Amino acid sequence: MIRYSGVIYLALSVLVFRGSSAAGQIAVLGKKIHTMAGPPIENGAVLIRDGKIAAIGKADAVSIPDGFKVLRAEVVTPGLIDAHSVVGLTGIFNHPHDQDQLERSAPIQPELRAIDAYNAREQLVAWVRGFGVTTVHTGHAPGELISGQTTIVKTWGDTIEAAVIVETAAVAATLSPQAQKSDKGKSPGTRGKMMAMLRGELVKAQEYVKKRETAEAEKKPDRNLGLEVLARVLNRELPLMVTANRAQDIASTLRLAKEFNIKLMLDEAAESYLLIEEIKAAGVPVILHPTMDRAVGELENLSFETASKLRQAGIPVALQSGYESYVPKTRVVLFEAALTAANGLTFDQALATITIDAARILGVEARIGSLEPGKDGDLALYDGDPFEYTTHCTGVIINGQVVSESPQ
Amino acid sequence: MRNSLVLVYLIVALAGLRSSAQDNPLAFTGATIIPISGSPIENGAMVVHRGKIVGIGPSASVSIPADAQRVDATGKIIMPGLICTHSHIGGIGGADSSAPIQPDIRIYDSLNVRDSGFKRALAGGLTTLNIMPGSGHLLSGQTIYVKLRKAETVEDIFVRDAEGKPLGGMKMANGTNSMSEKPFPETRSKSAALVREQYIKAQEYRDKFARAAGDATKIPARDLAMEGLVEVLEGKRMVHHHTHRHDDIITVLRLAKEFNFRVVLHHVSEGWKVAEEIAKAGAPCSVIVVDSPGGKLEAAEMTFKTGGVLEKAGVLVAFHTDDWITDSRVFFRSAALAVRAGMSREGALKALTLAGAKMLDLDARIGSLEVGKDADFIILNGDPLSVYTKVTETWVEGQKRFDRSDPKDLLYAVGGYGAGRDQSPYMCCFDHPGE
Repeated sequence: MIRYSGVIYLALSVLVFRGSSAAGQIAVLGKKIHTMAGPPIENGAVLIRDGKIAAIGKADAVSIPDGFKVLRAEVVTPGLIDAHSVVGLTGIFNHPHDQDQLERSAPIQPELRAIDAYNAREQLVAWVRGFGVTTVHTGHAPGELISGQTTIVKTWGDTIEAAVIVETAAVAATLSPQAQKSDKGKSPGTRGKMMAMLRGELVKAQEYVKKRETAEAEKKPDRNLGLEVLARVLNRELPLMVTANRAQDIASTLRLAKEFNIKLMLDEAAESYLLIEEIKAAGVPVILHPTMDRAVGELENLSFETASKLRQAGIPVALQSGYESYVPKTRVVLFEAALTAANGLTFDQALATITIDAARILGVEARIGSLEPGKDGDLALYDGDPFEYTTHCTGVIINGQVVSESPQ
Repeated sequence: MRNSLVLVYLIVALAGLRSSAQDNPLAFTGATIIPISGSPIENGAMVVHRGKIVGIGPSASVSIPADAQRVDATGKIIMPGLICTHSHIGGIGGADSSAPIQPDIRIYDSLNVRDSGFKRALAGGLTTLNIMPGSGHLLSGQTIYVKLRKAETVEDIFVRDAEGKPLGGMKMANGTNSMSEKPFPETRSKSAALVREQYIKAQEYRDKFARAAGDATKIPARDLAMEGLVEVLEGKRMVHHHTHRHDDIITVLRLAKEFNFRVVLHHVSEGWKVAEEIAKAGAPCSVIVVDSPGGKLEAAEMTFKTGGVLEKAGVLVAFHTDDWITDSRVFFRSAALAVRAGMSREGALKALTLAGAKMLDLDARIGSLEVGKDADFIILNGDPLSVYTKVTETWVEGQKRFDRSDPKDLLYAVGGYGAGRDQSPYMCCFDHPGE
């Protein structure tokens, strides 16, 4: 019983919020508003109408219509974006019934859709939302050569349909020993085999596309869900997000992307600081591992300063909460960005890794990532520097709805 | 030729420095000193000599010996070295899968002093650790209290008693981590029954010794496991008890009362539910702070509030890194997140220092900056609870063990290529959670 009390509480609070602020007409007054679309505004106001940002500027230049709910905060930022997480597919209890982040039955399964597994009511989603995270790029975890698709969701809504903003955002692949099989006879067992299998599958997808396009009707190959998805990767409609940490695995990833002219996102990339020139030349963005990730195994050489080194070189970089198999069950991207602000990035640069830069890398910057008229009314409110451990997130707004007012 | 001359000069210079560091007092002046045992001292001075603190107070009131080497620490903060009551660094391996209760295991027989985890711990400002085996057993072995001195072998880092015996506690656990297939318990009742059975056996073993009254024919044969448990029964070895759920916490208190053993409750994810009961039992708590609840059922209601709730109930509270669960380099963060959720700043800083010292029975030697105590201290460049603050130096018994301005040390402080060498993480329950 006890273990469900949190869920009941959550359900009740959903009802309360639904009742009180359905309209999405809100004004937020901030002593400092980090718009991420220009310098911060001191004593500013953000007006949200019908869920979208209608106006933003100095508080005395924005008139607040009657009936608008007014919230105040020391510091206001765009709703935070976690550029890669597994929440919603992985659940808080860590028991088989709430663990859908990794299908181990075969090494290559691009047909697995995150939207078919995402649990919008998962407590971990509510947890990260409480710190200001309003959008999460989530999906299948690293651990298989191609583990499945990812999706981009708002951290609000009772169903995936209510939460989703991009159904399939990327195809997740892993190029590290994590994806190797220890059982004898089950491939892949080595780095060489991993690349051979990935290349083989992409070649298969090329052939599949060719045959579907050119063969006569009765000779067309049967539909193949996995190859259909890879075909979208090959035509650059979907990026391939490859988790690779060792320098040689990152180099292999770049080689693969070049061979097949694939749109690539480097994921985790602990040793990316060793290949700055190569990554820059390839024009590839990096969704960097959590700053406080454990310096173990493939990540033993990770550095707190990698985000700063990538950014300095002009490589687009976003931060992620990543995937946790034990305790804690998820990280919070706000805290991971905070440590980059203490290790080489400026405050604005660090905030950008979890707002506008994350939005650009994920291709959703037209809707979210900065506070500008026309964009979604997603805001996070704080009672001080959001990166300080002792500051609280005092409010979270998603699509113009106040979804949290309890300091976290 | 020229190079070798430089080298010779360097060696001579270094030798000179070393001897002066040992023989001449060192005086740090101008710093804000947070002694923990009292209020912060603005413009403070601290004098250390031969590994001990020999003077501390406002600069004006501290007499600095004429032969002291002076260090201007203006604008810096000096506070005691941090104490982690629960760490798994050092590439350790404790009890194996042969039995759920193994009091004969000494974790120090497995410890690699060259593990890079020690370098990171120093970079985080840690000076004393309780290194323990994991929670996959009801009792996984004897823990070891270590100081992060320069070390060639594990003996170099022991904290010893007056007779030279290494000090440590006994690691126990209940709840789901220590439950498994036979010979491990499958239920909580069985867990408690197995523990009671062994402690009763130890009581009888102890009583046989007493009855023998020195008569060699009556003294029972030596039993290493029983010897370990008898040390617990006699209060010589503190029980460091992993426990999460509220009812598991109460079970620990029940067993501690039955066998009259001294216990520190570790993790206490649901300690906030039974704060009054813990306070009434007088049991100290070493609290874990992680980024989210969950990962297993019994940690699903973990909250940042636990430290503050226990503090208000009058419980002695410390934090721990549980390194590899959290990184020793960000140990301050655990305390800061507790402050975020209501704990006092003073209580949070004490929880990283003096409270931990008390839980290890070492508060007469470490945990605060007072005359006569070990010169274990750290220098910070700002507010200890700020994310932007850096530990610039870590000193153990008057020796500088970490210096952020030294590139070799900086590598471990921020990470980078080669920072992981010689490390071997302790992966108990990491790959197979919730079993």
